Amino acid sequence: MCSWRSVAGAVLLAGPWVAAGAGAVGPAVTAAGFPGIGRGVTAAELKAWDIDVRPDFKGLPAGSGSVAQGQVVWESKCAACHGVFGESGEVFNPLVGGTTADDVTTGHVKRLNDRAYPGRTTLMKVSTISTLWDYIRRAMPWTAPKSLSVDEVYAATAYLLNLGGVLPDDFVLSDRTMAQAQARLPNRNGMTTAHDLWPGAEFGGSGKPDVQGSPCMTNCAPERRVASLLPDFARNAHGNLAEQNRLVGAQHGVDTAGPAGAASAPAAAPAVAPDAAVLTLLQANNCTACHATQGRLVGPGFDEVRRRYASRPDAAAYLRAKIRSGGSGTWGGVTMPPQTLSDADAGTITAWLVGGGAK
Amino acid sequence: MKDESPVRGRLRKAPENFLDPDGVRRVAAEARAGRRDFMRGAFAAALAGAAAPAVAAAAPDGDPNILTLPAHSTGLGKAVASAGYGVPSQYESHVQRRPSPGLTQTRQASVSFAPLQSLFGIVTPSGLHFERHHQGWWDIDPTQHRLMVNGSDERMLKRQMVFTLDELMRLPSVSRFHFIECGANTGMEWGNVAVPTCQYSHGMLSCSEFTGVPLRTVLEMCGADFKRGRFVLAEGADGSSMTRTIPMSLIDSGEVLLAYGQNGEMLRPEQGYPLRLVVPGVQGVSWVKYLRRIELGDQPYNTKDETVHYIDLMPGGQHRQYTSIQEVKSVVTTPSGGQMLLDKGYYNITGLAWSGRGKVRQVDVSVDGGRNWRRARLEAPVLSKCLTRFNIDWAWNGEPALVQSRATDDTGQIQASYAALRAVRGSRSIYHNNAIQTWMVQASGEVANVQLA
Repeated sequence: MCSWRSVAGAVLLAGPWVAAGAGAVGPAVTAAGFPGIGRGVTAAELKAWDIDVRPDFKGLPAGSGSVAQGQVVWESKCAACHGVFGESGEVFNPLVGGTTADDVTTGHVKRLNDRAYPGRTTLMKVSTISTLWDYIRRAMPWTAPKSLSVDEVYAATAYLLNLGGVLPDDFVLSDRTMAQAQARLPNRNGMTTAHDLWPGAEFGGSGKPDVQGSPCMTNCAPERRVASLLPDFARNAHGNLAEQNRLVGAQHGVDTAGPAGAASAPAAAPAVAPDAAVLTLLQANNCTACHATQGRLVGPGFDEVRRRYASRPDAAAYLRAKIRSGGSGTWGGVTMPPQTLSDADAGTITAWLVGGGAK
Repeated sequence: MKDESPVRGRLRKAPENFLDPDGVRRVAAEARAGRRDFMRGAFAAALAGAAAPAVAAAAPDGDPNILTLPAHSTGLGKAVASAGYGVPSQYESHVQRRPSPGLTQTRQASVSFAPLQSLFGIVTPSGLHFERHHQGWWDIDPTQHRLMVNGSDERMLKRQMVFTLDELMRLPSVSRFHFIECGANTGMEWGNVAVPTCQYSHGMLSCSEFTGVPLRTVLEMCGADFKRGRFVLAEGADGSSMTRTIPMSLIDSGEVLLAYGQNGEMLRPEQGYPLRLVVPGVQGVSWVKYLRRIELGDQPYNTKDETVHYIDLMPGGQHRQYTSIQEVKSVVTTPSGGQMLLDKGYYNITGLAWSGRGKVRQVDVSVDGGRNWRRARLEAPVLSKCLTRFNIDWAWNGEPALVQSRATDDTGQIQASYAALRAVRGSRSIYHNNAIQTWMVQASGEVANVQLA
């Protein structure tokens, strides 16, 4: 912590900055040699922004939350995206699963060696509980980061670890019990820094690259075969590649709308989407955080909404009101909060919706 | 290469939807009569994509693009400053950054890939720079943005300080060209071929001239204890408040920049306007955007993106943590997957090479799947931790070919094959795939992404 007085004092002592050492990697600098630039941080400013928590728990604020309290936080603020049991699957990667009581003992998640196990959950990977706590506090919930209280962060962290079988039902997580929870993390011993991919000596490293290619120039390898290529059915999976290459050039894009080997038709420049303004509105108002153009995300796809209300004469008015009032139960249990966008913007979106913009 | 005398490309027959000779004559007549609107309509489809040589085959008197003067040769063009900020030609609308279908579940925590197949030289146009956002992007008012520099304890800095953009931009600046590559670039290809083009396989890669202040300068202004403070935390101002532990060796060397400039203008919002960290040679996730805070500390931070993501699963079940350097790598961008060679004959194979450890020393190119290699030309400039453009002559004889490139950097590290890489790192590490890329040119001229064994 410093004050204006100390900054000014240091500047006076250092004197004017002299541009010595031109040609060095960066401009040569004498400490505090830039009078008039920058000021001291106030205690309140530091408190507002310095929220990181390290593995040694430096930065961890006092507070606590039980598994039971965590369940309440979870079901109201986390479950919409992460699933009631942390299983998620559809929208975000699963947080929970793949760990065992044995892993809690060893600190190594055994299933990381099981190639048949689908994906890796957060609890299979994370090695320090500070990471979970810090991230939930700074970045969750996804659409309202930093809105949880310190106690809610403790509670949500406790519940998440309880879902994973790491903490018992009666556990109370606090600044005093974080170390106990850390000692039970299933993958706490699962990290290594014995590699050459960190620039510097801080982590020990390995001293030399682990993989080195061959310098051979002639008659190098035996005849090799093509072992992997895209199947025919995936030919157009990334869209028509003719429209993803310039109109002129040494080679053009393949027309993947047709079968392989067919003559390439000249690619036409794509038209600008007529509903670009609506898409901008949808993004600006975070509609697209929960709704996709096609198919379910957190909420129904725009195409599903359009289909359901296609025959309803007052569809536009109904949906316009629905956007602004929010609701739940129509499409499942996940609540859509009331949206604060203007009535005019809601009208633009619903006109697009019922007008068939979302096919 | 046996064929020493490249043959010229043949003229292709006119596509069916092009104008027939009668049509050409009619268009010419209408044009002579001054009816240019008619002419534009008639040519619209043809001009959109047909190769110019095709017309010579179709029209007996020659190419109507030559014989019939177009509107732009016979009329008055647009005024200066018709657009206060110019945009690319309407005919360049295919050159776009794109997400890979199905890769991510939301568009706020997602990726878009730079169209490497359509880029020249080494600089990525700012509007085509790849995107990686963890919680959506913002356009932040620079007059309200602040950078705080603090210590993990009171003794780490003599002065904990706050800076405005005005103040940071008063400090002595440097401008340097560097590549930025996501640690997961080419990550979808670890196990097998998964995507069709170099945009999706290698497009989480861009290169810009960045302008800013060395972080070291600002830490020195704060009276940093560089003996005790060996780890720096960088933190963003966006919703995810991205945090990463930054290697002190690159701060010591003056390489890490507090950057506000990109290719001569301010950073684009998608790239962290108004302030981002530039960490040359290190994976993109460390180049924290919307940078609001720097903390000097005596221990690493184990942030989410160094303890849950951006960790590399090795055979045996351990994850490598703090893997940061983007190692020596290259890719041929022309010809590359999803493209169609128009004909046999001469091609200039070109591509990009780079290394997070320094400069590219050498690039070799093979057209027979790695049996024989020729050394490619390196185009100037060749800069440290920057994309380098290479090229080499090739006369395609119409037979299937397997095109590869292999880079060596100035530390002597040589880009390895998939077999060599997987032998050490398995195929489930997601991150840091710098294997040699193979494109298969088929007899039809179509180029496919393949992996060899």
